[in-house]
Amino acid sequence: MALILSGSAQAETVFVTLEKDNALAVVDPVAGKLLQTIDIGQRPRGIALSPDYKYLYVATSDDDTVKMIDTETYLEVAQLPSGEDPETFALNPEGDRLYVSNEDDNLVTVIDVFKQQEIAQIKVGVEPEGIAVSPDNQWVVSASETTNMIHWIDPATHTIVENTLVDPRPRAVSFTADSTQLWVTSEMAGTLMILDVKTKQIIKTIRLDIPGVNADKIQPVGVVIDKQRRWGYVAIGPANRVAVINAQTFEVEKFLLVGQRVWNLAFSPDQKRLYSTNGRSNDISIIDLERHKVTKSIAVGRFPWGVVSKP
Amino acid sequence: MMHKKIKLMLYRLKPEILLVLCCLTSSAYSAELQLIKVAYITQEKKIPAALSNLDVFIPQKGLAGTELAITDNNTTGQFTQQRFQLKKIIVPVDEDVIEAYKQQLLDDTVFIIANLSVENLTRLADLQENQDKLIFDASTTDDSLRNSQCRDNVLHMLPSRAMRADALAQYLLKKKWRHWFVVSGLRQEDQSYVHAIRRAAKRFGMKIVGDKQWTHTYDARRTAQSDVPVFTQGVDYDVLVVADEQGLFGEYLAYRTWIPRPVVGTQGLVPSAWHRTHEQWGGVQMQNRFKAAAGRWMEEQDYGTYLAVRSIGEASVRTQSNNMQTIKDYLLSDDFALQGYKGNPLSFRAWNGQLRQPVLLAAARSLVSVAPIEGFLHSKTVLDTLGYDQAESACGQPLENITNESSVKPQENGEKPVFNWQTLLQKLLDKVK
Repeated sequence: MALILSGSAQAETVFVTLEKDNALAVVDPVAGKLLQTIDIGQRPRGIALSPDYKYLYVATSDDDTVKMIDTETYLEVAQLPSGEDPETFALNPEGDRLYVSNEDDNLVTVIDVFKQQEIAQIKVGVEPEGIAVSPDNQWVVSASETTNMIHWIDPATHTIVENTLVDPRPRAVSFTADSTQLWVTSEMAGTLMILDVKTKQIIKTIRLDIPGVNADKIQPVGVVIDKQRRWGYVAIGPANRVAVINAQTFEVEKFLLVGQRVWNLAFSPDQKRLYSTNGRSNDISIIDLERHKVTKSIAVGRFPWGVVSKP
Repeated sequence: MMHKKIKLMLYRLKPEILLVLCCLTSSAYSAELQLIKVAYITQEKKIPAALSNLDVFIPQKGLAGTELAITDNNTTGQFTQQRFQLKKIIVPVDEDVIEAYKQQLLDDTVFIIANLSVENLTRLADLQENQDKLIFDASTTDDSLRNSQCRDNVLHMLPSRAMRADALAQYLLKKKWRHWFVVSGLRQEDQSYVHAIRRAAKRFGMKIVGDKQWTHTYDARRTAQSDVPVFTQGVDYDVLVVADEQGLFGEYLAYRTWIPRPVVGTQGLVPSAWHRTHEQWGGVQMQNRFKAAAGRWMEEQDYGTYLAVRSIGEASVRTQSNNMQTIKDYLLSDDFALQGYKGNPLSFRAWNGQLRQPVLLAAARSLVSVAPIEGFLHSKTVLDTLGYDQAESACGQPLENITNESSVKPQENGEKPVFNWQTLLQKLLDKVK
C-alpha cells in the first residue's frame, strides 16, 4: 500500500462505500483503477474524511454505528455511538464533532469524535436526511424529508434557531465555501433551491428539467459547489445525469450523462475532477472539470453510495 | 422549541422587566398556536369468512395510519406553531354510524377521515351539517363514488378499481399477455371489480376469451384439486384474471389450472395502493416507522388514512391555515404535492377528488412492477393513464354526456398507448355545439 501511495507525486485515493457489498472500494482516480475492496460492515452509506485526512468515517447503517478507520492501515480505530440506522452525517471544520441524521427517530445525534461519546440529541422534523456544517462553523443544517424543512441548528447550544419551509422531500444540503449560501435539492419537486444564510430565505429556485427526460425521473440528490463558487453540480438520480450550474447566474450550463441512479458527488482535493457514485450501474464516473466532460467510469462493486477523495 | 428560545432570551434580561415580558410572551405563544381538529370515523367489523387462517384478522385497519400521521404532523407542527388534534369515533358493529357521528362529533371539527362502507360514506357526505366539511374517504375503491355518485365534499385516498385494473392491464400489455380468462365471484364487489377489468381490457386492446363465475355450488366432497382444472378447461388464454375481493376461492386457482398460466387480479399478481414488499423511494422508512408504531405491517387502509391526515398537514403547514375552504383550495390546486413514498408526488384530480398515485403490482413476496408502466403516455401527467381521466369522468355531469371512449389508447401496433387527440377534440366540439 505504501508503495502505491508514494509511487506517484499526484497520488490521490478515492474511497467509495458499497451499500450492497458491505465494503469500501479504494480507487486510484489518476490511473483509473480499482485498487482494492475492504470489508467494512453492514450497509455502508455516508462517508467523510477528517480535515487532516488521517481518518475515514463510514456509516454502517445496519450495524447502527459510524466507524472510524485509519486511512493508512485501513484498520478500524473506533465505533462511534451514532444512534439507530445512521445514513448521512457531517463533520465540523475542526473535525471534532460529528452530526448524524437518525431517519427513523426524527433526531440529529451529536458526537464528540475524540471522546467517542454522544453529547446531544436534537429533535428535528420527520425523516431527517441531508445534513451539513457551514465552513465557518456557525450553523448545522438538517433537512427533514417528510416535514419539508431545513432546520438551522446552533452548534454552540444544540438548539434549532430557525426553520425554512422548502420544496417537498429535501435530500441533500451543501454550503458555499464562504458560508453565505446553502444549496438544497428537492427530490420530489425536481428543484435546486439556493438559500441565503443570513435571512434563511430561498433566494432562487431552479427547476432541473432535462429535455426528453420524464419529469418523474428528475430526482435531484447530491449537490456540491466549488471553492471559488464558479460552478455547482447536482446529481439527478434516475435521470443518470449531473447538472452543471453556473453558481453566479444560477443558469443550468449543461447536463453530463453519467452512470445509472447517480447519487452522491465529491471533488478531487485540487478540484480538477468530480466523482459521482452511480448506484445501479455499479460504477463511479470521473468528470474533468476544466472541460466539463466525463472522462472515465470505473466499476467498483454493488451499489456505490458515498464518495470522498484524499491527496 | 418556542419555550427554549424564550428562555434563552430571558437569561439576558434584567429581572425587573422579566415579569412583564414573561406574561406578554406567554400570551403571544398561546395565541400563535393554531389548532387543527381532525376526526376519524370507522365502524368495527365482523370477522369475515376466509379461505384459510394464515392471515390473522386485523380488527382496526386504518387507525394506526391515522395516529402515525397525526404524530408526523405534530412533529412538523412544533416548528410552525400548529397542533393537530385527533378525535376518534369507533362505532360498534350493530350501531348506526350516522347516529354515532351526530352524537359524538364536535361542530368545529371540519376535517373528517372516513374509513366506512360505500353506503355509510354516502350518508355521511349527504348530511346537511357536513356540507361545509371536508371528508377524506380512506378506504373505498368504488368507481361510482368517483363518477356519477361523486360528492363535492369528499376526497378519495385509495386508487379506485378502475385505476387498479388499468395498472394491471398496462403491465400485461407490456408482457404481451393479451388473452384474458376472467373468473369472478358472485358478490357485488366482485362484479364491480370485473366491470373495471372489462373496461381496462377494452381500453388497452385486450381480449377476454373466457368469462366465468365461481358459484361455490360444486360438490363439497370434491376438492379444489379436481374442480379448478375442470373449471378452467377448454379455453386457451395467457392469464387468468380473478375477481374475488374477500378471498373466498381465488387462492385455489394458482397451480391448479388445466393449462399452466399465471393468476392475476385480486389474488396472484395484485394491483394495490401499498404492499409490504414495497421498499423503493423511502418506502422502507415508512414500513419501518409504521411497524415500530403499530407492531404490524401497514395495510392499504392505513396508507389511506396516513395520506389523508398528511394531506391536511401539508396543506395547513403551507397555507398556515386551519380553514376548510383554504385547505381544500390548496389541496385541489397545482401547488399541492404529497410525498407518498411511491416516487411521483401525489396530487388530487380536481374533477372527482381522486388522489392520483402510482399503483403497485405485487406478488405475495415480491414487488413485480409499479404502474404507470414506462411508455404509457399522457399529455398532462402519466399518473392520469390510470382510472377515469377528466374527459371520461361522470362526476358533476349527467351520465348521457359520458362516452366510454378513453383518452388513453394503444397505438396501431398495440404497443404504446398515446393520448387520443381526436377523441378529446370531438368531445370538446360536441360540448361547444
